[in-house]
Amino acid sequence: MKIRIKFAKLGYMKFIGHLDTMRYFQKAIRRAGIDIMYSEGFNPHQKMSFAAPLGVGLTSTGEYMDIEVNTTKSSKEMVDRLNEQMVEGMKVISYRKIPDDGKKAMSIVAAADYMISFREGKEPGGINIAAKFEEYLSSDSIIVTKKTKKSEKEVDIKAGIFEGSVIDDKIFLKLASSSADYLKPELVISGFYNFIGGKMPEFALEIERTEVYAEQGEKEFISLEDLGDEIP
Amino acid sequence: MRKLALPDEILLSIDKPERYIGNEVNMVRKNPEDVDIRFAMCFPDVYEIGMSHLGIQILYDMFNRRDDVYCERVYSPWMDLDKVMREKNIPLFSIESQEPIKNFDFLGITLQYEMCYANVLQILDLSGIPLLASERTQEDPIVIGGGPCAYNPEPLADFFDMFYMGEGEKQYYTLLDLYKENKASGGTRLDYLKKAASVPGVYIPAFYDVTYKEDGTIESFKSNTKDAPDKVVKQLITDMSSTDPEAEYNYYPRKPLVPFIKATQDRVVLEIQRGCIRGCRFCQAGMVYRPVRERNVEYLKKLAYDMLKNTGHEEISLSSLSSSDYSQLEELVNYLIDEFHGKGVNISLPSLRIDSFSLDVMSKVQDIKKSSLTFAPEAGSQRLRNVINKGLTEEVILKGASLAFKGGWNRVKLYFMLGIPTENEEDMKGIAELCEKVAEVYYEIPKQERNGKVQITASSSFFIPKPFTPFQWASMCTKEQFLDRAKIVNTRMKEMLNKKSIKYNWHEADVSLIEGLLARGDRKVAKTVLRAYELGCLYDAWSDSFDFSKWQQAIEDTDIDMDFYITRERDIDEILPWDFIDVGVSREFLKREWENAKNELVTPNCRMKCSGCGAARFGGGVCFENKN
Repeated sequence: MKIRIKFAKLGYMKFIGHLDTMRYFQKAIRRAGIDIMYSEGFNPHQKMSFAAPLGVGLTSTGEYMDIEVNTTKSSKEMVDRLNEQMVEGMKVISYRKIPDDGKKAMSIVAAADYMISFREGKEPGGINIAAKFEEYLSSDSIIVTKKTKKSEKEVDIKAGIFEGSVIDDKIFLKLASSSADYLKPELVISGFYNFIGGKMPEFALEIERTEVYAEQGEKEFISLEDLGDEIP
Repeated sequence: MRKLALPDEILLSIDKPERYIGNEVNMVRKNPEDVDIRFAMCFPDVYEIGMSHLGIQILYDMFNRRDDVYCERVYSPWMDLDKVMREKNIPLFSIESQEPIKNFDFLGITLQYEMCYANVLQILDLSGIPLLASERTQEDPIVIGGGPCAYNPEPLADFFDMFYMGEGEKQYYTLLDLYKENKASGGTRLDYLKKAASVPGVYIPAFYDVTYKEDGTIESFKSNTKDAPDKVVKQLITDMSSTDPEAEYNYYPRKPLVPFIKATQDRVVLEIQRGCIRGCRFCQAGMVYRPVRERNVEYLKKLAYDMLKNTGHEEISLSSLSSSDYSQLEELVNYLIDEFHGKGVNISLPSLRIDSFSLDVMSKVQDIKKSSLTFAPEAGSQRLRNVINKGLTEEVILKGASLAFKGGWNRVKLYFMLGIPTENEEDMKGIAELCEKVAEVYYEIPKQERNGKVQITASSSFFIPKPFTPFQWASMCTKEQFLDRAKIVNTRMKEMLNKKSIKYNWHEADVSLIEGLLARGDRKVAKTVLRAYELGCLYDAWSDSFDFSKWQQAIEDTDIDMDFYITRERDIDEILPWDFIDVGVSREFLKREWENAKNELVTPNCRMKCSGCGAARFGGGVCFENKN
């Protein structure tokens, strides 16, 4: 049986890297006594896969992993059992059954939501952020410099920004997030600093991923959670 | 939520910030204001190493059972953070409360290997605690050292307020009670040290005076106050056989800490016994942890179950100096396999003798294709194995290898030492010849039954005489002698028929010399440790950061004669720097064993025959088996 678990990673847990987060959950699942399936062989490992790695330094209220179990109790009981095993900053939000032929979360991720705030003293000064940000997003093209290990290149990221707005001094973004087309929120904001004639300072942003989506039809997004059903 | 000592800007610009933030599963949370005593427990190496240490997990659990104590952890900041903390004047902090170590009542530092001594000074320095105990005031924590290197504390005597000799379970509650009493009655730091000095196992360097003869050896070593005894007696738990978790001294953490980052020991560690019956003459642990005391097998089963459940670890490992000597091993291992194997739990069994039982067990729990067999003959000839009292014979090794090869294994690791007292060229060549014989055993198996080629890896470390071993008087080799011996082995290896199946490597000789100096050093060596730290030595246990030239400089700057500490054979009646400690094993026994070594005589193990080492006076363990 395939299960999709949604969880939050908050506070100082932002310093826990992706692989260590996986290890953390492998152990939490054992502590919670979840009847997870194991691979065969001398070093059996749990059948578990994460939807999308979250960078170190980012918090999230919309992380996902898929697991396979032999048996299960109700969604509510399983969420409670897992939460009894969580450390401060980690919280399991939902535990849902997905169809047996349902695709793995990691293969269907298409978009993600982010809430971004500026650290104190690092916000772009002297401007109306909301108005300027709207102007920035409505440009015909948004050219930013993308740095890779080997080179720098200019790219237009406009197509990857599905939505964007300013809510209470925070910036909301819905960005392309598939493996083929993945846009980092920092890149969008550093482009904004350039747009207003500045340069993004180091450690300027606090970023929280708030949801991860699959695509259903052209630019129609459905959260990974909504692809599963509560187990009564 | 706790506030972290380091801001995001620092945590996001250093390697592995998880080392410094705490919040691990099973971390103990208390309000520091609600306790009387704050104890910072330190392993002076990086987090992943320190978190793998069982002793600290036991004491962390034991101390925190008390409502009046909050025991927290601290490790050496890695070099990247070390630099930032010095630049920005950030004081060293504990993992739990993230508060400065300087605010604690105690800083306890475990001394597991000599090459961590520079890191001890780093810990003090970054904490803002004066490096010299004599310069500390009422405002500073009491700095206390323990662990195996405390059995020769002298090279660190200047830096510690006190040392504790032995197993922490025995006296720490007393030390904590005394501290609380002293604090409540308005006593000073000195008042406390005076009271602590009479607690068995406690050594307070400031209360002892040393005088030296003209030749640099010790003339006298005496207590200078009536509060401190002339002999400090090692403390240990005599009875470990109880099944009752609440029984006195039967401490063991049911909920060990589970780090986020992968620690060196990323598994449940089950300590099955303490001590070793074997009596290998080079092995300090085998002498100072005497007598052997076994834990009750039913208690261990319960512990294994609880710890796996409370940690979620995927692996459990048995811990002891020689697991094969645990009398209930078969029952325990079969229980672990039946109960947990097949439920995604790996079982690892280090320090097992290779015989049909262990091979059978290993074939059940390991992938034979991926695992290798380990033998530790330590010496290349039977003559030299008799000198070190290593019971392993060539016949046993070859029989074990043959059994294993027939069972499908084809990888073998062999561990040796070079520079053992009395070693001659034949003994050295014997290392290569023994490897060759192991390879030949493999090729005696019919081709169709073999699993490809045999791979033999032989490693040599360099022998370092340690305090409280029969070799404590022995001469240690120079760097040139070590390397010449490795060359003799290597040349002989190249002459072997199956040389292509054998890989030979040997340790760095430089680091062995410094370890040798620190292992048998006296108080005069403390200034060398200090100088080395001032010159920038740090993380000397890590080959990438060990800088021999800095140590050489420190040795020169402090007028230390390496020959005096390294190559000089000590006179049998010389007062050794650690002679004021009573570890149970008597000086008479060690002398006898030193003679036996020179005469190539084997001493039977504790279960075969008691050799009267002196440990029986602790009143427990193997010395009293079958004597009820």
